[in-house]
Amino acid sequence: MKELVIISGKGGTGKTSITASFAALAGNAVLADCDVDAADLHLLLKPEIKNQHEFICGREAIINQEQCTNCGLCNSLCRFDAIKVSDGKVIIDPYSCEGCGVCVHFCPAQAIEFPERLCGEWYESNTRYGKMIHAKLAPAAENSGKLVAQVRQAARESAEKQSGKLILVDGPPGIGCPVIASITGAIAILVISEPTVSGEHDLERVLKLAKHFDVPAMVCVNKWDINPEAAERIEQKAVACGAKAVGRIPYDETFTQSQIRGQLVVDFPASIAAQDISKLWNEISQMI
Amino acid sequence: MKIAVASGKGGTGKTTVSLALASVAGTDALLMDCDVEEPNCHLFISTEQQREKVYGLMPVIDKALCTSCGKCGKICQFNAIAVLGDNVLLFPELCHGCGGCVRVCPTGALKEVDKEIGEIGGCRKDDLSLIDGHLSIGQAMSPPLIRAVKNHGGKEKYIIVDCPPGTSCPMVTAVRDADFVLLVTEPTPFGLHDLTLAVDTLRELKLPMGVIINRADSGDDKVKAYCKAEGIPVMLEIPHRRDIATAYSRGEIMLQAAPELSLMFRKLLKDVENRVSEVKK
Repeated sequence: MKELVIISGKGGTGKTSITASFAALAGNAVLADCDVDAADLHLLLKPEIKNQHEFICGREAIINQEQCTNCGLCNSLCRFDAIKVSDGKVIIDPYSCEGCGVCVHFCPAQAIEFPERLCGEWYESNTRYGKMIHAKLAPAAENSGKLVAQVRQAARESAEKQSGKLILVDGPPGIGCPVIASITGAIAILVISEPTVSGEHDLERVLKLAKHFDVPAMVCVNKWDINPEAAERIEQKAVACGAKAVGRIPYDETFTQSQIRGQLVVDFPASIAAQDISKLWNEISQMI
Repeated sequence: MKIAVASGKGGTGKTTVSLALASVAGTDALLMDCDVEEPNCHLFISTEQQREKVYGLMPVIDKALCTSCGKCGKICQFNAIAVLGDNVLLFPELCHGCGGCVRVCPTGALKEVDKEIGEIGGCRKDDLSLIDGHLSIGQAMSPPLIRAVKNHGGKEKYIIVDCPPGTSCPMVTAVRDADFVLLVTEPTPFGLHDLTLAVDTLRELKLPMGVIINRADSGDDKVKAYCKAEGIPVMLEIPHRRDIATAYSRGEIMLQAAPELSLMFRKLLKDVENRVSEVKK
């Protein structure tokens, strides 16, 4: 079983539109949306949810005001600025609390409770292109990396059940915990870049990350004609960082227009973007 | 006054807006790039940057003192310590640096050492001053570095915070203490969907907000309809223009390519200020 993870470093370069088109071109891959705090793949693939699961992850410290003696020890122990003393009362800010439990353990009055925290939901679904695993992180919740790990695990199990060979993963932006959780152990990543100073800078960081975790990388420059020299430079940089430049896609309104109609770019086969995405897919499927 | 520029979806124009807003505020403003995983503001200001390293704390073990009592493994909520028989294994990439293990260790076998988590940089050009964070490659947790960047604010009248995308811990850490949040979106189904997620998050945090629609004439009207239905003010609409996109690609601040938009940004700053003083009343 092979996992191809589509990421970008910089957000908004076209990851999700391209992943959705790949889903159609691959036929019967398992699809995993690992951009769990701003998941969009479902808007294009319109999954029919078969099973829904709660994502319970970690715990949260809650003060029992009746037992609290306002000694302030918890405040001095907390490394995350989550505990404040206001009007002589100790208050824990749930959005700063990382659930480490240090205050719970050391509270001399045992006044801090430590219940499990519901951090979101994840779903097993069907789409017209294959099974899909996706998730929704609760607003302002923690642990997106663990939810990503959950989505990938479920996608692998789903692929195994149907002897599927390929998992297409729509990854999150950035280089932090959810990205690391998305790419480790994958057969390859495809980085969708754009020919801007930001795109170039972010590509370099994400390729260093791939190298750090020993994942082979491919690079595609989307909207290359916005700045052809920068596109050229990015491809050279990609090669210098040990990645392979696998294709270019021009700036094409088809990306926006297909999205607005709830369709895929490849649903408009006459568009240059659709043709270039097909070429890109042929290139990639030979490589993996 | 702290103004956070955020979005659920990446690539909607947070950095563009932050730079333009900081430019019109001039010497009264400090721009803070809290998108520490992929900081971009500095690319538009200067290639010369002074940087200093930022350290977090991480436990190390002195095996000679360890009795394998297992207390450290028990208190750790992040699976960063595994006690297997006589062997204690540390997984630094999972460690949140809470210090619990060191505190419960009865023999002093665990102690905390500095671990580099990233760098803080600063630069300025003309009236524009920037502080930013650069997360080390392979470092999973960005909130400690975001907090470190935010502690660098001075007495500037305006602090403009360029936030990371998404709605989870990095975004929450960046917007947390803002007086007002500007959510930058685009008029597409993805833009709208991620905007609703960001709005839910800001409502949860009880922060006042307004929306900026970038590339305003490129999609449909659903973002506007949503904002109207939810009673969220649309503070600014930025036109969809190829020359703005090209200028951005070269590392130019939008107002250099489209100086006529300066007035709009001055008005935006004033509008935000008025809304903040209304909230404070």
